[in-house]
Amino acid sequence: MISDPDVVAILYLITIACFVVSLKFLSSPRHARKGNWIGGAGMLLAIATTLLLEGLGNWLWIVVALVIGSVVGLIGARSVRMTAMPQMVAIFNGVGGGAAALVALSEWHNAADPLREETVSIVLSALIGSISFAGSAVAFAKLQELISGRPIVFAGQNIVNIAVLGGAAALGTAAVAGLEEQWVLYALIGLALLFGVMFVLPIGGADMPVVISLLNAFTGLAASATGFVLDSTVLIVSGMLVGAAGTLLTLLMAKAMNRSVTSVLFGAFGQVQVGAGVARTDDGRTVRATSPEDVAVQLSFARKVIVAPGYGMAVAQAQHDVRQLADVLEEKGVEVKYAIHPVAGRMPGHMNVLLAEANVPYTQLHEMDDVNPDFPQTDVVLVIGANDVTNPAARSDPGSPIYGMPILDVDKAASIVVLKRSMNPGFAGIDNELYLDAKTTMLFGDAKDSVLKLISAVKAS
Amino acid sequence: MRDSGRGDERVTDLPLVIELTILVLAAFLGFEVIAKVPTMLHTPLMSGANFIHGIVIVGAIIVLGTADDTFTKVVGFTALVLATANVVGGWFVTDRMLGMFKRRPEPKKGGE
Repeated sequence: MISDPDVVAILYLITIACFVVSLKFLSSPRHARKGNWIGGAGMLLAIATTLLLEGLGNWLWIVVALVIGSVVGLIGARSVRMTAMPQMVAIFNGVGGGAAALVALSEWHNAADPLREETVSIVLSALIGSISFAGSAVAFAKLQELISGRPIVFAGQNIVNIAVLGGAAALGTAAVAGLEEQWVLYALIGLALLFGVMFVLPIGGADMPVVISLLNAFTGLAASATGFVLDSTVLIVSGMLVGAAGTLLTLLMAKAMNRSVTSVLFGAFGQVQVGAGVARTDDGRTVRATSPEDVAVQLSFARKVIVAPGYGMAVAQAQHDVRQLADVLEEKGVEVKYAIHPVAGRMPGHMNVLLAEANVPYTQLHEMDDVNPDFPQTDVVLVIGANDVTNPAARSDPGSPIYGMPILDVDKAASIVVLKRSMNPGFAGIDNELYLDAKTTMLFGDAKDSVLKLISAVKAS
Repeated sequence: MRDSGRGDERVTDLPLVIELTILVLAAFLGFEVIAKVPTMLHTPLMSGANFIHGIVIVGAIIVLGTADDTFTKVVGFTALVLATANVVGGWFVTDRMLGMFKRRPEPKKGGE
């Protein structure tokens, strides 16, 4: 047992310091992994300190809860494939928000005569935590494709959402003003959950990571509010750190896609303007399919090849084979580079993670701004399962939902080969004019199969 | 605000103004500390921050450890399960992501 409150405070302070260093290290490629370990150490210290506080009981309940939570978390984190990482982040974020809301609920239940400031904290923790929980659950369902990943919209949606949120806010205000009935918080949590669902439903496409990041910041704020309820500085500071860092990260991600956070939240990405794209397919140009052998010849006699990977590569787990293809080409004297769009895949950095896993040298990975000037001097671009991030409509068609998003200028290369499962549109649900370009040929099939065929064809040629 | 006998588990007992001061400073710190993150680390950083808000586990332990009635025990228990999943899952997901960066050769000097 630790009975001295100063000792407790100092131990928690060490935890806070660990978290700050952890965030700092996590934003540097060299120290990122160490950063996570330092954060982990801080968390263990905080948990141990809390368990040693005086006056705790219900040990059986505590141990069972810790075991169940650990098993669920461990299995979830270990068994998930790399492609499903985004939804795992969403779900672990959601449960944190749920925990904050439940802590608020129990404090409300046990508060005999809460002070106003404590009611404010309880209301905020319950409100934000519930929104984060429900919103993350919907984000998970969308990314896992349990429900449609497309935006789900209906007329007057924003008005309904504002009404629901307004209702929750009104209940919260009433509670603070002195309406200290149990049902008030239940109703508030109910409305907040509803709002969480409604506010993520209309968001889809490439905007999902931005939303998950925002919900992450929300959970941080909920944890911070919980800290005010429990008078715990470690919760206040750690929660706020995540709230602030998460907010900044949300802005950075939105900026990488040239989208404002407002348009992410209220713009219903990818659900307008389908007509324009469809009409273009009828103007006489057609998609040209090709064979692995033809592509192999193209590649073997190229001087410079750029690989533009996307979600299709991730789904097919083709990163190792892509690397092997690059190796085979390099043996033939072809220069190979990878063009990494900031939001290729489902999350920023997704492609970097996958290609690093396949041991692709760091020096071959080029970010969009570095590599775009190279495309005009490139003989062949291999687009492997990337779609929206290569769509020239983002540059040329003001009516397109992705207009203004920076893209990889693959269409400026001498020829483009697109490896694609089918002619289905990408995650944003819009057609890609690149496929109709006279310089473009399509190699249909699973990315991994196609790349394997390419490897053997290149070796044979 | 608590029932009698539920005061000794309080972690600190600071005035509200001090707590608000700490909150505001933490907000600035949170902005500053990640201001220079490169794009490729956005996802692992999000995941790492996701782990850190699992600190709500401290609140869940206090609630469950001081619960007197069944309602509070059930709510606290659920909160602790969720918070633990956040902590454990969040940490391991982040570690797995970052593990993939590890074998990469060190960037050329001047890279950072």
